[in-house]
Amino acid sequence: MDLVESLLAGEHRALARVISKIENREDGYRELVAQLHEHTGDADVIGITGSPGAGKSTLVDKLAAAYREQGETVGVIAIDPSSPFTGGAVLGDRIRMGSTVGDMDVFVRSMSTRGSLGGLSTATRDAVRALDAFGKDKIVIETVGAGQNEIDVVRAADTVAVLVPPGSGDDIQMLKAGILEIADVFVVNKADREGADRTVKQLREMLQEGPGIADSHGLEASDSDIEGGWQPPIVETVANRGGGVREVLDAFADHADYLDTSGRRAEIDRLRTAEEIRTLLREDVHELVEAEIERRGGLDTAVDRIVARENDPYTIAEEILEPIVAAFDDQQAEGD
Amino acid sequence: MSADAAQRTIRCLVAKVGLDGHDRGAHVIARAMRDAGFEVIYSGLHRSPEEIVQAAVQEDVDVLGISILSGAHNTLVPKVIDGLEEYGAFEDTLVLVGGIVPDDDKDRLKAAGVAEIFGPGTSTDELVEYIRANVPER
Repeated sequence: MDLVESLLAGEHRALARVISKIENREDGYRELVAQLHEHTGDADVIGITGSPGAGKSTLVDKLAAAYREQGETVGVIAIDPSSPFTGGAVLGDRIRMGSTVGDMDVFVRSMSTRGSLGGLSTATRDAVRALDAFGKDKIVIETVGAGQNEIDVVRAADTVAVLVPPGSGDDIQMLKAGILEIADVFVVNKADREGADRTVKQLREMLQEGPGIADSHGLEASDSDIEGGWQPPIVETVANRGGGVREVLDAFADHADYLDTSGRRAEIDRLRTAEEIRTLLREDVHELVEAEIERRGGLDTAVDRIVARENDPYTIAEEILEPIVAAFDDQQAEGD
Repeated sequence: MSADAAQRTIRCLVAKVGLDGHDRGAHVIARAMRDAGFEVIYSGLHRSPEEIVQAAVQEDVDVLGISILSGAHNTLVPKVIDGLEEYGAFEDTLVLVGGIVPDDDKDRLKAAGVAEIFGPGTSTDELVEYIRANVPER
């Protein structure tokens, strides 16, 4: 039985191995993902993000337990940064996944960022596909919310929750840097701590400030969004004791309803798919260019000439691209 | 490096199993592995064999390092190995044990499927070298 068949038959080992191939971008992973695609589309995908220590893993653990109580199966992709120096990583999120241990219907997979340029969002989407095809009802992507890479990652989710710990204004400052816009639901975790009320109030003010806030998929809010559109709710939780988890689930369910009734789900799916094709093409074209550079024996000679002011980067780039453009033009001509 | 080049990274699960609250060694190991460029998943304390198996299978690790200082290795380690076999994950997982294991028990553990046992005084370099040399081909 091949890997895809084993995965579809519900073998955990096969699912784990497929995700490894996706992460390693092993030869043949694209064919695997291509085969899985037709079996996907049934899972609800939730993204959880927030600053380090906000309580993401703890909340994810409690959410997973709550989904299991409802009889649903769960996949979790927990993303941790890797060291930019050695590429190594300590992936610690499993430690806090205590509620569902021994339950194979909760499949937790730790992934590191591996310093990949944009590759992480592709790998995440493909890992979501694998879990979806496997038959998971709910898939949760958990990642530290900082920077474009992570924001791209949570865009693989239909519903994005941003966790905000109470306290310093700095956390709110962080929100200003782009994370406010991606939230479909705000969760003020550790709500039993001092400053939680203030954080909720600050968030509420910020949300009211901003007409034209884009949603998690970067779409500008249209008129329909403002009237009867989606207003991100603010939910307070004490995740380590399970407080507020039910309310979070309700908020997710409300958002899912909104996506369906407003037609946003289909819209987002189309946008996301188009973006995915573009990303893949960028990678493929990049490969072509790398191969051409290789064929020319690297860039050293070109660099020498540019540094010596005998040539300039633009001319060199054009030269390298020339055979690719020529091949493309030939194709076009044949097609005509 | 090209965008689609294979990026094989060695993945390790560092596991504390049973009633043993000493994880200083496990932390040192986890950090050394990270610095060697491995991806390390740390289990946390007091895990049951079933939990270790679950994590090892789901995370598809190349190396499972079990740290035991409680003396219960003869019961716990074979359980983990049986569990891995059940999921078809034993063949290509390098199972290592770290801790204080009497010589007689070492042979038993090796017979049960443990590749190597690392006692006190093992240097982290030694461990990292061993893993690099013995990580299963996939």
